Amino acid sequence: MAPLDSQTQADLEFVTFWAGGQSYCLDIARVREIRRWGPITPIPNAPPGVMGVMNLRGSVIPIYDLAARLGLPPATENPRNVIVVAMNGGETVGLLVESVSKIISVVRDSIQDVPELRLDTSRQSITGLISLDDGMTRVVDLGGVTHRQAAATA
Amino acid sequence: MAAMNSIRDTFFEECEELLEALADGLALMQAGENDAETMNAVFRAVHSIKGGAGAFGLGDLVAFAHRFETVLDEVRSGRIELDPEAFRVLFRSADHLTDLVAAAKGGTSVDKAITDTFITALDDCLEAHDIVSAAPEGDFSFSAVPLDLSADFLAPADPAAAQGFEIRLRPLATLYASGNEPAWLIRALGELGTVDAKLDLSALPDWQTMDLASPALGWDLQLLTDAGEAAVRDVFEFVSGHCELRIAVTLPKVAAMTLAVPPPADAAGPVLPVPPQGAAQRLPREAPVAADVAPANPTLRVDLDRVDRLINAVGELITNQAAIAQRVDEMSLATGAEIKAHVEDYRHLARDVQEAVMAIRAQPVKPLFQRMARIVREAADATGKSARFVTSGDNVEVDKTVIERLADPLTHMIRNSVDHGLEPPEDRLAAGKDATGTITLAASHRSGRVHITIRDDGAGLNRPKILAIAVKKGLVPPDAELSDAEIDALLFLPGFSTAATISNLSGRGVGLDVVRTAVAGLGGRITITTVPGQGSEFTISVPLTLAVMDGMVISVAGQTMVVPIASILETIRPEPDDIHHVGPTQSLLAIRGRFVPIIDVARELGLDPRGKPQTTPLLLLVEAENLSQCALAVDDVFDQRQVVIKGLDSNYGSIAGVSAATVLGNGQIALILDTDAVATGRDLAPIRPRPISHAMEGTQHGTA
Repeated sequence: MAPLDSQTQADLEFVTFWAGGQSYCLDIARVREIRRWGPITPIPNAPPGVMGVMNLRGSVIPIYDLAARLGLPPATENPRNVIVVAMNGGETVGLLVESVSKIISVVRDSIQDVPELRLDTSRQSITGLISLDDGMTRVVDLGGVTHRQAAATA
Repeated sequence: MAAMNSIRDTFFEECEELLEALADGLALMQAGENDAETMNAVFRAVHSIKGGAGAFGLGDLVAFAHRFETVLDEVRSGRIELDPEAFRVLFRSADHLTDLVAAAKGGTSVDKAITDTFITALDDCLEAHDIVSAAPEGDFSFSAVPLDLSADFLAPADPAAAQGFEIRLRPLATLYASGNEPAWLIRALGELGTVDAKLDLSALPDWQTMDLASPALGWDLQLLTDAGEAAVRDVFEFVSGHCELRIAVTLPKVAAMTLAVPPPADAAGPVLPVPPQGAAQRLPREAPVAADVAPANPTLRVDLDRVDRLINAVGELITNQAAIAQRVDEMSLATGAEIKAHVEDYRHLARDVQEAVMAIRAQPVKPLFQRMARIVREAADATGKSARFVTSGDNVEVDKTVIERLADPLTHMIRNSVDHGLEPPEDRLAAGKDATGTITLAASHRSGRVHITIRDDGAGLNRPKILAIAVKKGLVPPDAELSDAEIDALLFLPGFSTAATISNLSGRGVGLDVVRTAVAGLGGRITITTVPGQGSEFTISVPLTLAVMDGMVISVAGQTMVVPIASILETIRPEPDDIHHVGPTQSLLAIRGRFVPIIDVARELGLDPRGKPQTTPLLLLVEAENLSQCALAVDDVFDQRQVVIKGLDSNYGSIAGVSAATVLGNGQIALILDTDAVATGRDLAPIRPRPISHAMEGTQHGTA
């Protein structure tokens, strides 16, 4: 274990996954579970990337296609697709991703800010970047992905 | 301060019960039951509120309650005669007391001038009966109750309905010799109420001269109890003669009033089962309501969240039961297989558990009805009419949320009945009726729903006038031939208002259409019956609970959905000849000589219509918000069943055209259709206009 002498030294754990051919990650504390693809009930006049709702042990949770919400091509049907169930404040939401890869430990200081990007949709939904041995992973901003206003008016 | 807040909360909860008891009592008195018991209950209710308010420093409330109480005391002693005017003052004062309590609870205050007018009215009432007005304000010293809030939380919660005793106890040697012990006596007093004991050491000699055999300790006790003096004296029954005992009633003013009560039943009869010390913090429930109810069942206050959690879990249980039943069915077992019997038992048990849990949230409609009494009074005053208010079925129970959401529509309808339903007294007399009109509010259970009827004995609906207004406002064409029921239904159209002048009363910028929307939001319906010259009756039918609903399972564009049974008038499989087309997309259904628009649900909801069969659609005839009918085209209708309602708001937000969701037996989610929204296109607007879908054209070709 890393020494917990200061806030900046504390290790954070992230779950990384692939969406739209890119690596994304989410703070493990917000991830409730990872589920196989299950039947999804589409909802009327849904905004792009909102796939519908699913039954999670009696709760009705919305499922977002993460790639589509980030402006990437929507996920194609694939048995490897999984749903990352995460908590966004008081809401429980599901993100459809292509696959989950691993859990990484990073030092808080090593999370970089997102540089100015041309493409706003991506920037809104990412809070930071983490450099990995084999590339880079993007920290997903759940609020940006599920944004209620966007969902209601888009 | 948390403890203080919770005591405060308790006080306001008690207040609600006390106000209810007050309203009950006054209504009984007005009905002619002027027995001592009823009057005492009324007096005690006000007195208890005053007491509690004093403990929390709610000056306005105390001052008003005090004046009110004074008048009630005079009523009780027969010095104020209960004429209609006196009743008017009493009822108005009770209303104002309710306002003051509500204001105190919300941390706001009521305009002093308003309170003053009520106080003046009460004083006038006293003066009219030649009674010297209550003691001057300065003399009023209720705060003298020894409520040591900071030091002792046991004390303040129960000042209400209580009287104070000052007890001086000086045990003699024989007291100890006879095996008695002052501590037990004090503890026994503690079971009657709250005790503040002070040890008197003044008689204690110094160590050298002390005689160990003769007691030197004395106690001065302050007792606050709602038990009578007799009960207090009983405590000392076995030590009489073994001590110097003086029992004095404290708080001259308040106590004098309290003692004027013919000893309440509890003092004369067996002593109330006094709760142990801890529970004594609560007002003894029996006291204020003793007048009208048999011994109350023991109750338990439970946080609403916990109940809701339980209801959720039971919802899961029902869903799980449905899933298991479905699986067992699919196994195509031999009839009589044991597992089938078990599944059937499970179904019954799940139903039982669900009903029991739902019953927890159920509450009697009585408090709601009581609030309406006030509305009737105010509406009658404002319109110069005279109205009597009668309720029945007060004990009918409905889900708490349903009750809460009925308050506004009911208020509106009651105002409406007084304002538009009842005739002015002179017209009533001319018609050979009692000058005072009667508004009846009744609740009853009918096949899993609750019917609430608002009836007036007025002139009945003026149909020609209603029709004329509707025509004038362009709501119906001038040459329309409408049946009586259709004319009655015009009242619920948005923008309809019969009042020639928008009265401040039922006007308020809203019409019955708002009532209808609110009731529809509860899954309810309103119907009207009227007899000219004899009055009108509005019936609201609402479900018992909002947690489950009877739904019809349908399929639309390959998706399974649920439509509330309450909104379906009938299902129709039309002949191709019954369907006519208007313009490129709109089709109409000919039914019983009328044309009703057909609305394609799949298209309305923007669903992918690929799975749509190319046959004549199945139609659900529903009543839309504006009371016009329309036919919803769906692909298939399966069965009717009870579904557990799941909100969408907590995790996603509202979806236009969908009111909620439910979980089917196979674990999949089905959306519950909001028929009003689909029928009227409400909230669906932003996504229109959209190009005609091919499937829609296909349907037309298929059905044309």
